[in-house]
Amino acid sequence: MGRITLDKVTKSFGEVNVIPPLDLTINDGEFVVFVGPSGCGKSTLLRLIAGLEDVTSGQIRIDGKDATQQAPAQRGLAMVFQSYALYPHMSVRKNIAFPMKMAGVPEDEQKRRIDSAAAALNLTDYLDRRPGQLSGGQRQRVAIGRAIVREPSAFLFDEPLSNLDAALRVGMRLEIMELHKRLATTMIYVTHDQVEAMTMADKIVVLRAGNIEQVGSPLELYHTPRNEFVAGFIGSPKMNIFGGNPAQQHGATKIGIRPEHIAASTETGTWSGVVGVAEHLGSDTFLHVHETGLAETVTVRVDGELPVRHGDRIFLSPDESKLHRFSEQGLRA
Amino acid sequence: MATQHSRAAARLMISPAVLLLLGWMIVPLVMTLYFSFLRYNLLMPGMEEFTGWTNYRFFLTDPAFFDALGNTLLLVGGVLLITVIGGTLLALLLDQPFWGQGVVRIMVIAPFFVMPTVSALVWKNMFMNPVNGLFGHFAHFLGLEPYDFLSQAPLASIIFIVSWQWLPFATLILLTALQSLDQEQLEAAEMDGASALSRFYYIMVPHLSRAITVVILIQTIFLLSIFAEILVTTAGGPGTASTNLTYLIYVQSLLQFDVGGGSAGGVVAIILANIVAIFLMRMIGKNLDA
Ligand SMILES: Nc1ncnc2c1ncn2[C@@H]1O[C@H](COP(=O)(O)OP(=O)(O)O)[C@@H](O)[C@H]1O
Ligand SMILES: [Mg+2]
Repeated sequence: MGRITLDKVTKSFGEVNVIPPLDLTINDGEFVVFVGPSGCGKSTLLRLIAGLEDVTSGQIRIDGKDATQQAPAQRGLAMVFQSYALYPHMSVRKNIAFPMKMAGVPEDEQKRRIDSAAAALNLTDYLDRRPGQLSGGQRQRVAIGRAIVREPSAFLFDEPLSNLDAALRVGMRLEIMELHKRLATTMIYVTHDQVEAMTMADKIVVLRAGNIEQVGSPLELYHTPRNEFVAGFIGSPKMNIFGGNPAQQHGATKIGIRPEHIAASTETGTWSGVVGVAEHLGSDTFLHVHETGLAETVTVRVDGELPVRHGDRIFLSPDESKLHRFSEQGLRA
Repeated sequence: MATQHSRAAARLMISPAVLLLLGWMIVPLVMTLYFSFLRYNLLMPGMEEFTGWTNYRFFLTDPAFFDALGNTLLLVGGVLLITVIGGTLLALLLDQPFWGQGVVRIMVIAPFFVMPTVSALVWKNMFMNPVNGLFGHFAHFLGLEPYDFLSQAPLASIIFIVSWQWLPFATLILLTALQSLDQEQLEAAEMDGASALSRFYYIMVPHLSRAITVVILIQTIFLLSIFAEILVTTAGGPGTASTNLTYLIYVQSLLQFDVGGGSAGGVVAIILANIVAIFLMRMIGKNLDA
């Protein structure tokens, strides 16, 4: 079980209010991702749930029970830190065994759980090494192993992949998702990388300055962002957002259109501009189009084979049905 | 780029310094060795003659030698025990955030800057003296008989005074080590259900082991040759109750004017110090490996 409820939770460090009153429910078995720019309070929120920080006011309930005053260990949650936080003087085996040793799990049960975790995480050959003798990805796996053996009611991950190189990051991402499918345990995952959020989450919580901007499934956030911030944050490359005349024509202060919802042609279209940098990914090409009179740069996704070159004139036509309209307050209209 | 050529040049250039250091070390050592085989008494100038191992035989069969040996080990061991344990506890305390932290940290280091002679005299006259000392006054206040620390427990008193001097050193080194401990490790342990005591035992102590090794090695070097504190407080007495090897050699060569015997004692002390060093490196030296 792992249903976590935050009820009007706030957190201040001295005078600085980092988390304004915040309500959130995380259902049992869900994979929830907290995403937002650096410094928006994601780690703080996670640490409040873990019990590593005390809430200033409000209540945290785990499976319906008030856990606000409980010590971290009593909450039955396991955390994987960004720095891995392995114990450097202990072997991998001892690292993984540590939480069980503290909980007084019998030796043979400890051994059974270590062996099954090591097998699941490809660590069997490394059990007698020290963390210092492992690669970044292996250390990350040890940290996850240490969390698994506790059989927690929820896992908390704080940017666990940000110290890995790009290729490894994709691999570990899949492994964590696989783990979630297999264990079906609640997982809360913090990241500033919207690609990680989109690919992994059942439910994304977008944060800005401690405020929840929107909660929803990846596709909900993609299709119906509640405001300009979410619209700009979710999706890669970023949504094109501009105001002025074109926006007024659609009866809004600002309008947004994703690069993939703009058709490009060399002959005719609604808007025209000059091709700047082209980013070729093979399957697609992202064109940065200037001098459109809309915004400094408009990003467009085109077919990888479209024959355009730097400095060519190009015509753009937005897919009107995929247009996002925003009011003066930045809210979805 | 260390080519063959540049390495040879480098050796050539540092050789004067190395030779100077070597000479600096070798000359007194050889002279001590030489004196230790002479019958050389300052009361009988001009009568020096070679006596073979006699000086050593006398020194090693002197009952005072065994007392001094025991006292030296007790003094070193006692001070190490007190400073390492006390230093760890103080470091833990100073690592906590509290008001006036900066000032308190500087105050803690203060005893280290007091000269050994001065601090020993202060302790002797202002605290431990049964008539004028604060402890004596305190005993009076409680209606107890004042305790004459330096004559009734001379070695323990000296151990206490020396510990007071070295506690700041241990505290400082252990505090810096403690501050370099990754906070996330402690938090991870907390999440893993480790109590404060378990966190100390399983996370902090292993992290501190290298710093503790450094403290032990450095202090041992200095503690083996404690002298001033003994000279100004008990003068090695009563009897030989607070005489260590250094002090015994001083007594031999300067109070009994027996330079030959003193030198033999010096050589014995060097050998013993090396035995202690080898022993220590065997026991705790592996902590220094990265
Ligand atoms: N212990 C602390 N004391 C004071 N301010 C803090 C502390 N921890 C975090 N903050 C502040 O809280 C804000 C959110 O921090 P954090 O939760 O680490 O952000 P994120 O993980 O989203 O990058 C930051 O502005 C940071 O400066
Ligand atoms: Mg963070």
